Order: sequence, then C-alpha cells, then structure tokens
Amino acid sequence: MLQAPEITPEMIEQDKVYQEMGLTDKEYDMIKDIMGRRPNFTEIGIFSVMWSEHCSYKTSKPLLKKFPTEGPQVVQGPGEGAGIVDIGDGQGVVFKVESHNHPSAVEPYQGAATGVGGIIRDVFSMGARPIASLNSLRFGNLNTGRVKYLFDEVVHGIAGYGNCVGVPTVGGEVQFDDCYEGNPLVNAMCVGLIDTKDIQKGIAAGLGNTIMYVGSKTGRDGIHGATFASEDLSEDSENKRSNVQVGDPFMEKLLIEACLEVIHSDALVGIQDMGAAGLTSSASEMASKAGMGMEMNLDLIPQREENMTAYEMMLSESQERMLLCVKTGEEQEIVDIFKKYGLEAVAVGKVTDDKMFRLLHKGEVVADIPVDNLAEDAPIFHKESKVPSFYEEYQAMPAYQPAITDYNETLKQLLQQPTIASKEYVYDQYDSMVQANTVFSPGSDAAVVRVRGYDKAIAMTTDCNSRYIHLDPETGGKIAVAEAARNIIASGAKPLALTDGLNFGNPDKPENFWQMEKSVEGMSAASSKLNTPVISGNVSLYNESNGRAIFPTPVVGMVGLHESLEHITPSHFQNEGDSIYVIGDTAAEFGGSELQNLLEGKYFGKAPAIDLDVETKRQDQLLAAIRAGLVSSAHDIAEGGLGVALAESLFNNNGFGADVQLDGDVTTLLFSESQSRFVVTVAEQDRTQFEAKVDDAQLVGTVTATSQLTVRNGETEVIKEDVTTLQQLWKGAIPCLLKSKA
Amino acid sequence: MKFAVIVFPGSNCDRDMYYAAKDALGEEADLLWYQEANLEGYDAILIPGGFSYGDYLRSGAIASTSDIVVQLREQADKGVPILGVCNGFQILLESGLLPGAMLRNQNLKFMCHFENLVVENDETIFTSKYNNGEVISIPIAHHDGNYYCDEETLARLKENNQIVFTYQNNPNGSVSDIAGIVNEQGNVLGMMPHPERAVEAILTSDDGLKLFQSMLENWRERYVAGA
Repeated sequence: MLQAPEITPEMIEQDKVYQEMGLTDKEYDMIKDIMGRRPNFTEIGIFSVMWSEHCSYKTSKPLLKKFPTEGPQVVQGPGEGAGIVDIGDGQGVVFKVESHNHPSAVEPYQGAATGVGGIIRDVFSMGARPIASLNSLRFGNLNTGRVKYLFDEVVHGIAGYGNCVGVPTVGGEVQFDDCYEGNPLVNAMCVGLIDTKDIQKGIAAGLGNTIMYVGSKTGRDGIHGATFASEDLSEDSENKRSNVQVGDPFMEKLLIEACLEVIHSDALVGIQDMGAAGLTSSASEMASKAGMGMEMNLDLIPQREENMTAYEMMLSESQERMLLCVKTGEEQEIVDIFKKYGLEAVAVGKVTDDKMFRLLHKGEVVADIPVDNLAEDAPIFHKESKVPSFYEEYQAMPAYQPAITDYNETLKQLLQQPTIASKEYVYDQYDSMVQANTVFSPGSDAAVVRVRGYDKAIAMTTDCNSRYIHLDPETGGKIAVAEAARNIIASGAKPLALTDGLNFGNPDKPENFWQMEKSVEGMSAASSKLNTPVISGNVSLYNESNGRAIFPTPVVGMVGLHESLEHITPSHFQNEGDSIYVIGDTAAEFGGSELQNLLEGKYFGKAPAIDLDVETKRQDQLLAAIRAGLVSSAHDIAEGGLGVALAESLFNNNGFGADVQLDGDVTTLLFSESQSRFVVTVAEQDRTQFEAKVDDAQLVGTVTATSQLTVRNGETEVIKEDVTTLQQLWKGAIPCLLKSKA
Repeated sequence: MKFAVIVFPGSNCDRDMYYAAKDALGEEADLLWYQEANLEGYDAILIPGGFSYGDYLRSGAIASTSDIVVQLREQADKGVPILGVCNGFQILLESGLLPGAMLRNQNLKFMCHFENLVVENDETIFTSKYNNGEVISIPIAHHDGNYYCDEETLARLKENNQIVFTYQNNPNGSVSDIAGIVNEQGNVLGMMPHPERAVEAILTSDDGLKLFQSMLENWRERYVAGA
C-alpha cells in the first residue's frame, strides 16, 4: 500500500503516481489547473475516485442524457440516491439498480453481499422502507469449477446479506453465457416504499450545520474500490481481493431502523450513504448539491484500525456507514435516536460557505479542493464510436433456419438449458416472504408485493437478453425495455418507470462505445414509447477479462402498479377448460435464440425484430382485458419461444395439461423468439369479450385436466409429454450441472 | 386480547407478527423494544423471527442472555402463552425455555418455501382450532432449522405429547421431523415455520391464522367467558 507521507506532490507529478490510481496525464493537468498547484497524495486520491467512471459517469454521461427521465408519475428522477415514482395515496416507490461486478469476480460472497447492502442503503437514505430486492446475475456456463464457485458464492452472498436485513428477495434473473466466464455480472436492485412527505435529500445545507458520521467504523477495506470498478479485470485482479469490502448485514439492519426513525426528526437536514468512494463521495456530493462547502476533522472519524492516513480514511469503502447533516445545537436528538440501536452518531465536521472541501488531520490541512470540481463539475469525455465489423456481418447473414426433427426432444433439451431451467436452486436460498407482503415470489413473470392497507400492489422485474444486444444493440435495447414491460403487464400491472444497470466492456474501444450508444438509443426509444422513464441507474464499464468484453448487458429493472389487488394475474394456467390464446404473430426469428445456442453453441444473424407501436398496442390491450377480469393467466413468450412458455405455464403442480393445435411451420411456431407475444388463458364464457378487446389473439388450445402437454400440427402429435417429466427436467437441470464434475 | 411482540436488534419478522395479531386476528398488539419492554399485563407474548444480533455466536444465543429473558421466564412460569417463531424459537431453546438445540440445515443452505406441516397435537392453546393429522401449508425461512435433541429428551417430548407440528417432507434434517414443540406446561410454543406469514389468502396460504385464532379462543375461554 502506498503511504501518504512518503510521496510528495512533486513525486506524484514526476513519477506519474496518479496513473496507478487510474488518472490520465490529461486529467492530472486538469486537476493541477483547478488547484492552482500540485495536488498532494490525499488530494490526488480523492480526485481519482471522484473522477472514476463509477462515480463521475465521465464517459457515459453524454449517453445517459438521451434517456427520457420525465413523466407525470416521476417524483424524483436521476441524481439522488434512487428515483421515485408516485403510486397515489401520498405514497411513492423508490428504486434503483446497482452493479457489483468486479468485487464479485474476485471475492464473490462479499462482492455480492455488499452489492445488496449498498443498494438497500441508497433506498433507505431517501427515507423509504426497503420492501423488496431483486437481482440480475450473469455467469459463464456451469462447466468449470471456477464458474460453479462464483455462481454458488454470489447466490450465497446475496442470501447471507439480504435474508439478515429482512428485505425479501422477490425476483430476478440468472443467465449463463461464455462471455461472462471471467467477469460475472452481479446487479442488485432495491425497491422501497415512502410517504412522499418524508423524502430525504443528500444535501449538506445551512452554514455552520454539523456533519455527523454514523454506522460501522472506517477500516482499510475497499480502498480504491471505485477505481477498481473502473478498469478491466485481468490476472492481476486476484491481488485486488483486499479492495473488496466486507459486509455486516446486522449493522445494516440497525441502520435501516435508526435512519427511518431519524428522518422524522426536524434536526435532520440531509442524509446520504457512503457508497462507492465512501466518505469522499458522500461528503463532497452533499456539499456540492447544496451549493456549499464542507470542513471535516479526520481525527474524529471512528476508526477500526490504528494509524490510518487521511488518504486511507477518505478512500476506504468500509460498509454500513451514513453521513448526516444536522442543525447546529440539535445534535443530541440525533445521537439519542441512534443510541437506542447501539449506534454512535459522531460530529465530524461542519458546513461552510466557501465551496471548498477541506480536510484536517492531526492539526494540518491535508486536503483543500474546490468541491464542485469533485462532484457536479467532474469532467466529461466524448469517446470515439465505431461500428464493429461483426455487426455488419451479422446483418448481412441470411436468416438462420434451424433443422429439427424431434420436437419433443428439442423441447426437453431447451427446458434444461440453464438460462431457461428453473432457478429454484437459487431463489430457495433467498427469504422471499419476510415482511409478509409477497404475493408472487421468484418464478413468476414479475414479482408482486402488495401495499399493506391499500387495494394496490407493486409489480417488479429485472430483464435483459444480452444475446440480442450483442447481435444488434439498438433492437436489443428496445427489446430489453419492452420485455420488462411485458412481464409487468402480464402480472396485471401498469409499468411506471425503470432503472437501468448498464454493464459494458471497455469504453475506450470504439466498438464497445458504439454498442453503448446504440443500446441506450434503443432503450430510450422504447422507454419513451412505453411511457416508462428512466429514473435511476448505474453504469459499470470495463467488464472485460483478459481482453475480452462481455456481451453488452444493460439490465432493465422495472416497477409497475396494480391499481387493484383484483388485477393481479398469475403466469400459470389456472382452470381446466380455459382457452389458451397466443397474442401476437410468429415469424422465423432464431438469431440470438436459445434454440440457436442449443444447436450451434453460439449466436449470430439478426436479432428478432420489434415494432414499438405493435408492442404498445398489445400491452395496452392485454392490460385492459386483465383489468376487465377476462384473463385467468398471462405469461410473456421469451427465451425458447412458445413451446417453453406453454410448458412453464403448466409448472405449478396443479395437475393441469394443455392440448394445443399449431398449424404452419412447427419449428417456428414452437421455438422462434419473435417479440411482443404472450400466452394467456381465458374462461370459456369470457372468450367473446376477450377477443373483442385484444386484436392479435389467436385461439390455440385448451387447458386440460390430464397432466400432459400435447401439441398437434395438423393430425400429427409433434409434442406429447407428461408435464411431470418436463417439470423434473426443468427443475433438475441446474442442480445436476452443479453436481457434475467440472 | 393484548399481544406483546418483542423486538430485538436484528429481529425482522416483528412487524409481520404484529400485523398478524392486529390486522389478521383483529386484536391489540404492541411492538416492544427489548430494552424498554415491560411484559406485565400482556395476554400473550410473541417472539418474532429474524437475525437477532446478526446470528453472531449462534442463532438466538446473544438474545437469550438479555434482560428481557428474565421477564420472559417469569411470564412463562405464570402460564402466559409465549410463541417463538424461527429466531424466536431459537431464542427459546438457547434460554432453556424449551428443550433441544438447532443445527444448520442438513444441506447447509438457507431455504425459503412453503412446507406441509402435520398437526400432531390439537389440544394445546395454540392448536385447538386445528385437528390432529390436519395438513397445513406454512412457509419456512431458515438456515439453522435442523432441530436436535438427545433420545431421552425426544422420548419425553413424545410421552408428554409436546411435539405440536411435524414436517410432512422433512426439509432440514430435524429429529423426528419436528417443526414445533411446546414446553411441558403447554404455554410456550416454539416453531421454525412462520404462521404469521400465512394469515391471508393473498399471501398464498392462510393456514397459519387458526394458530392465532386458537390463542384468542383459549384466552376468551379462560379470562372472558370464565370471568
């Protein structure tokens, strides 16, 4: 570890010490200009984390501006700890997704655990009670010991933290592709509920007000975590294990309860969690947002280890810490609230009016930086963008036409593909029901959590099919948003807004930057059309291992509202005799499909097409039919096509089967991944009304009492299989892969 | 009827328990912070699930040494009904109010899902509205739910009819499929499954409601009807 006292400002410049911290020569020169002198070691450290991509969004900011962020439902857009949408009755839903990819790649348990802890803090620091967690995970294929270890420990870490803090993990997605082998993705989303009158801001306002520190003591863990998150993974990354923070969910639980009590105190001016870049980012952002400055005495910072330097304290990412701005003279009120929970709130600084970020340590000024340059005015870079040659090749390819003879066998194989297979092994380890509000837990299209005391519920989902985005980022970006909305709609809710978790490779490579640009354009187009503005998000770049980038993976976390509990619609078939409809047309679209992966072991060609007008119409019509009480079940058609969707609709142990007639090209009808489609069931007596409301619905079959899935093409039975057999294959696939020898 | 819900640092099913008593059952309930609680005057005491003290040392071990447990013992001796669920059960075991101990689940993983429980003793104040042999669907959510006791204790539990619930398909390795037991006096019930999470049909099952209704019915018979 670099020791502050040994390195002089001159050495930093001459030996380019700043490069080790991830700053470029150009950035160093900018910093020197801002300071009007050479920055010292602590100062350059502070700049390096605040100007890291993770904190400053310096390369993604120009792209993020393209997102639609406004709408009548938006109470708080991007810029605070998390976004907020209105759900009526003076209530709002607070949510955000955040990545913890690099920490999870080297220390999967703690990496994932602290990812959950961090996003929960973002939500309760807004004043909201966290009511649900979701996640979006990507791993390599489960055929090496390392990948199995990463998978198991990430899940274990999410469970270990999430279960303890008492926030139900209600949903998520897990997908497997080789591109994630060295660089898994761990994105965690938290959803909170707030009375909008209680919304807090992360500001340090009011000259002379006191800055208070509460939570875990500061240690040497996680130093430079934000910088580590902003570079490529390599073989050296294993040495960065000590950059990974260690979580204490018990401390987090105490903080949740204490902070939710503190927000009702008039003494509180602002509150923010210490996330990436710890004390540095929370303090400087709080001051900058308020248009003020801040002075802190680092001697007063609660420390876990001895002889910590200013540099170490400012860059530590020790977990479970909060920073508060409190009215002068009213500190005791805050101290007393935290004391009840066994926590110590300590005064460490004060608000100044000189817009400087000034740190004192052992009687000396160890940093004195114009605060706006750290936060609001961090530099922005416009990266070069270039169309990758593989994209042009994919576009030029003739449509991929898979050759299948045994449909029954193909369906069985698809159900065992890990991306499609049951994730029960994963979600059984999560407490999905604590708080006793969970209506639909993991395994449904969208998770549904009711709002206690009201006739309404919140639907939420995370989605991203990165294979389509790899083939065609703009189309794939549209699909990611549309699919999330489809899941919300299928559950009977109206989509309200989304949070984006943008995971990409190194943006310095023009081809990668082009993928970012196009994905964001596609997502923006779909968000505008579907009226689901982007209200919060996270950017994780440099997701590469040994020079190879992941598929672009902009995860969409979406939240919707059930305006009545009556509208909540299950994804499984509910009644014998119900008619089965497919909404939407099916074309031969296999580029990026699960079938292509199964047969070819790779993805190529064009992504499925999507028409946002058609998408919107179908979603609106289905929701109207659900609200009119005409739909027994609804499930979106995604990976693996209609065949997989039909099978999944039967996997709820109620003994039903389905009798389906499909006339046309069977491979296409069963396994194509054409977009904007649903499979729904409707009671016999509601069919006329349903058909009048939903234009593109075709009757394809009936729910039967015998536990068998039968699909006919003309007179031929192309699929005839016992539902239990299919379900066992689907359920057993992931446990089986984990047990098999690597 | 007035319920006390004890809140320890790290309890996380405290509100669920409170709402089960207050909303689903429609009776009075108070959330009591462990350091400030006075258990005098309550008709029943609920010890909720969660991770008291982060499960550090052993599940329930640190909470069992807190002052509130002294009061809890007094109330138990007086015959006040006490229900400990999940971590609440673990605290009752650690404090010796119930016999036995909890081991880590046999598969070493946290597990959360609905389980079928078999009602083994419908004569307790907690189960009088169920019938022996009745199968009820109640969720579990635990890492350390593998109930263990020595053979002597097990024989005593059986002899005194203290086994109240068993698992139909033992998920965690518990001795004799035990999911819940009462003390010899029958007024202290500890169980790993969460009845408070199954008190409304919208939460998938309301099979747990009868447990709270049994407590209410027995309280009425004892204090209201008999008065």
